[in-house]
Amino acid sequence: MALSWLLLILLALAVLGYFIGRSRALASAGGDSRDLHSLPSYYGYNVALTSLIPALGLLVIWLLVQPMIVSSTVTSLIPDDSISEGSNRGLIMSEVRRVADGLDGAVAKGALTEQEARNADTDVDALTAKLKDARQVLTQDLTKPILLAAQKHRVMNAAGTVAMQVSVLLLALMGAAFAYVRTHKDFRARNVVEQGILALLLLAASIAILTTVGIVLSMLFETMNFFQMHSWKDFFFGSTWAPNFRGGSELSILPLLWGTLYISVIALLVAVPIGLFAAIYLSEYASGITRAIAKPLLEILAGIPTIVYGLFALLTVGPALVSMFGDGGMLGVGWMASSNAVLTAGLVMGIMLIPFVSSLSDDIINAVPQSMRDGSLGLGATHSETVRQVILPAALPGIVGAVLLAASRAIGETMIVVMAAGAIAKFSGNPFEAMTTITTRIVSQLTGDTDFASPETLVAFALGLTLFIITLGLNIFALYIVRKYREQYE
Amino acid sequence: MNDMTRMERTVNSKAIKIAASDVQVYYGDTHAIKDVDVEIEDKTVTAFIGPSGCGKSTFLRCLNRMNDTIDICRVQGDILLDGEDIYDKRVDPVQLRAKVGMVFQKPNPFPKSIYDNVAYGPRIHGLAKNKAELDEIVEKSLRRAAIWNEVKDRLDAPGTGLSGGQQQRLCIARAVATEPEVLLMDEPCSALDPIATAQVEELIDELRKQYSVVIVTHSMQQAARVSQKTAFFHLGNLVEFGETGQIFTNPVDPRTESYITGRIG
Repeated sequence: MALSWLLLILLALAVLGYFIGRSRALASAGGDSRDLHSLPSYYGYNVALTSLIPALGLLVIWLLVQPMIVSSTVTSLIPDDSISEGSNRGLIMSEVRRVADGLDGAVAKGALTEQEARNADTDVDALTAKLKDARQVLTQDLTKPILLAAQKHRVMNAAGTVAMQVSVLLLALMGAAFAYVRTHKDFRARNVVEQGILALLLLAASIAILTTVGIVLSMLFETMNFFQMHSWKDFFFGSTWAPNFRGGSELSILPLLWGTLYISVIALLVAVPIGLFAAIYLSEYASGITRAIAKPLLEILAGIPTIVYGLFALLTVGPALVSMFGDGGMLGVGWMASSNAVLTAGLVMGIMLIPFVSSLSDDIINAVPQSMRDGSLGLGATHSETVRQVILPAALPGIVGAVLLAASRAIGETMIVVMAAGAIAKFSGNPFEAMTTITTRIVSQLTGDTDFASPETLVAFALGLTLFIITLGLNIFALYIVRKYREQYE
Repeated sequence: MNDMTRMERTVNSKAIKIAASDVQVYYGDTHAIKDVDVEIEDKTVTAFIGPSGCGKSTFLRCLNRMNDTIDICRVQGDILLDGEDIYDKRVDPVQLRAKVGMVFQKPNPFPKSIYDNVAYGPRIHGLAKNKAELDEIVEKSLRRAAIWNEVKDRLDAPGTGLSGGQQQRLCIARAVATEPEVLLMDEPCSALDPIATAQVEELIDELRKQYSVVIVTHSMQQAARVSQKTAFFHLGNLVEFGETGQIFTNPVDPRTESYITGRIG
């Protein structure tokens, strides 16, 4: 029985439970729903949820745990001496899983009978031939231990699946029966269902948080692997980024961090004034119609994929800058050699951040109470004096929060810098030179053939974790400031 | 001879500060104020009373053109301040509001220090030549608003940290600091407890020596206590306007009588 059938049966049970729960509740009240503690549907939901939720929970846990138990049992079947030189237990285990899948496939196609597939004394060569005839993928020749392990793997999995189906269905039935028995006109079904819903909401919230924890942990383990192979002093305090896949690389984050911060600062220099002025215009001066048209238009900018911004940088902004600052350019200064430069990436990233800054600042400026404006205007201040001296100071903490959020976007931005910033890691103050950022290097260290045992690859995780910590810190700081600001008026 | 007539005028009736005639106010299609004629005297407290939504706050906001900030609001008719039409094109509403100050229903101190709150108007209008003069204006205003003793040691503390009654008195100090000629107060005590209310009322009586004060209030006792003239508004009309004592003891219009005896409102 496939998983989808199991799910369908569970759902059918829940639907059935809903109707019998509902009708039992009504019957206990003599058909008059006014005598019930809760609405009849709550009794139905109670039976349905009590049947469905624990069963689904068990199903998920079983699906996660079974493969672990099976592999750990099967691994012990493979003797150490059957692991050849240059291989390891992990590789053998994946071969075992492939063979098990192959046997399954062959049985499904009818090339093998179930007995043949399970027969431990079968001739290995003949079986290999049969599997190959059935076009099942085998990467290496079958050996006796692998075959035995694969057979064990199949048997355990099959048994486990049957056990899982039986116990999940049993649990569903038991849940339904339990809730059905409890259904009575005085039973507080509404409260119980709402507690169940509360638990679901809690689960959803904790999944989001646990995922974050999971991401951090996975990065952390790889980063620790990296620091076992590479000195942390060089990573944090070195001055050169020179990865060399033959070994002896110098992997320091500082040149990359410098590039990242330099580009982000340029982006913020573009985005903050423009975004803030746009927000002031939209929230304080624009008429209703202008605002209704301009605000969505500005927010469209936020919906453009960053790769499109990258193309814009590559095809339009970069060449335009070269024609201005390059050799024989309009200004005749010859500062800019190629269109890949800090300035190109910074400008385009700044444009990307404008709606971010303006939209958040606009909300914050609108949140300043009208009584502040009235108070200032009532004292004979002009509109612009009011904006400058009352509204902006009142909104300042929120605006700072918006800028910090924009900064953390800028630091984590990837596509624009991959396409427009260049690939040279160095310390330089010249905005017309190409430079590289942390995100770009993560991409380049992990693309192509990668070997997850070399520091040149693992450095990507250390870079990613550092980046994550920087942006996380910025976000926390920004949220702290925004929250502090909110307390002032509410 | 000239001296004689001037003396007579100040004794008999005070100068007219604001004269409004035939004022109509529209919010979009709603006719909020209908044919209002009122003469507000100098150095007098005039109270506007009436049930909620009768237009008294709207009319008050016409007197310093605060209604200009509301897009859909239109004002017709003449409002003369010292004989000059304040809705004339040559009048800058910003200058007008410096002359006609306003205190709002809800205390609205700026999120700045107490000192900066009071110094806001004088700084904008350049009333002080130097820091010492500004200090003097701030102290004088805070004293007149009867809050100096409570805040003199913490002028740098944020104005938003004061209690509600203190905040309202700070807002009054802020309005007084710009040296207005008329002070408009839109239910200044509605958010205050009885003690703070008494302090503000005392203050209003004090301010009468120099300014013309117009106060909108829901409390008839307050109107009776602080004002010399009272105007009763009902459904956008000015029903009755006269001496406070006469309005409260011997109203002419039956609607006024119904309102002050609590039958409509």
